[in-house]
Amino acid sequence: MKARVTVMPKQSVLDPQGVAVRDAIHHLGLPAASAVRVGKYLEIELQGDASDRPSLEAKLHTLCRDLLSNPVIEDYRLEWSE
Amino acid sequence: MKFAVLRFPGSNCDQDCFHALRDDMGLETEYVWHKTESLDGFDAIVIPGGFSYGDYLRTGAIARFSPVMRAVQRDAEAGKLVIGVCNGFQILCESGLLPGALIRNRSLRFVCEEVAVRVETSDSPFTNQCPTGTVLRIPVAHGEGCFYADDDTLRDLETHRQVLVRYVNARTGAPAVGANPNGSRSDIAGVCNRTRNVFGLMPHPDRACHRRLGSEDGKRIFASMVHALSPQAPAKPKDSAAKTAAGTGGEMNRVSQDAVLNIKQGGDVVGV
Repeated sequence: MKARVTVMPKQSVLDPQGVAVRDAIHHLGLPAASAVRVGKYLEIELQGDASDRPSLEAKLHTLCRDLLSNPVIEDYRLEWSE
Repeated sequence: MKFAVLRFPGSNCDQDCFHALRDDMGLETEYVWHKTESLDGFDAIVIPGGFSYGDYLRTGAIARFSPVMRAVQRDAEAGKLVIGVCNGFQILCESGLLPGALIRNRSLRFVCEEVAVRVETSDSPFTNQCPTGTVLRIPVAHGEGCFYADDDTLRDLETHRQVLVRYVNARTGAPAVGANPNGSRSDIAGVCNRTRNVFGLMPHPDRACHRRLGSEDGKRIFASMVHALSPQAPAKPKDSAAKTAAGTGGEMNRVSQDAVLNIKQGGDVVGV
């Protein structure tokens, strides 16, 4: 099974990369794009089955907070697939 | 007095720091590989600039988990002096030893230029040789040096006078449009922790320790550390630091090992 982690800059944090991408989108003919924020997406392959999820999930949340995201500037979302 | 210069895979200013400390400052200095688990025997720790672990995930995010960082954490809590330059600053923020975080420059451009920073307080082991208001010329070289902290943290930093250096206009010595190379909040260039023994800054004092490099102002940061670690350091640096700095004038750059012997590990001073 797979855990999917999305890491996004917090709303309060300026994302100059997102601004640059939004401007490029405007140049390419989509002025309706009002804001873009650039984040990260990670896929983590895990051994085990659905019954292991609760214990894995606790560990994954710790990892998301300590390593995969920086809570000072980012929020994360953890989801499961397959 | 012995300085440690940490080396991570991807550190690239380790030699700058080593050279500045040993050759320009005349200090006993040793490289320490990131797998090392103890920093016993060192009086101060320098975390140099670079791109540790290729800046993967976030700058400093992976280096923070290196074995040597456990020793840094332990020693920092015990009061040892720790200075992080550039990537070293990023690592210290990631490890929680310093507040805030460093994000992509607002311009999205890597900046590599000399900047002017104003010393906001001489009340720290890193600035005691710079009277408050001193403007230092030191180069920066970074793509992710925009200091970010939320409003509460910023207020906290100001209240406890933890902002040690701020970007200013070189001529006026005041914050100005164009003086801040990365868009950091409140023009912050470097902060220390609440107990004032851990300091991180984006500018490179290690690249401003010799006349030939265009500035020797970086020496004043290292000289401050030496002063703080020296037996003659006042028990209450807060009261006399500014006076001492003002009084020593041009002599502050002449730091020798002789003056700074007999320092017990952890920064405690023992009799000469």
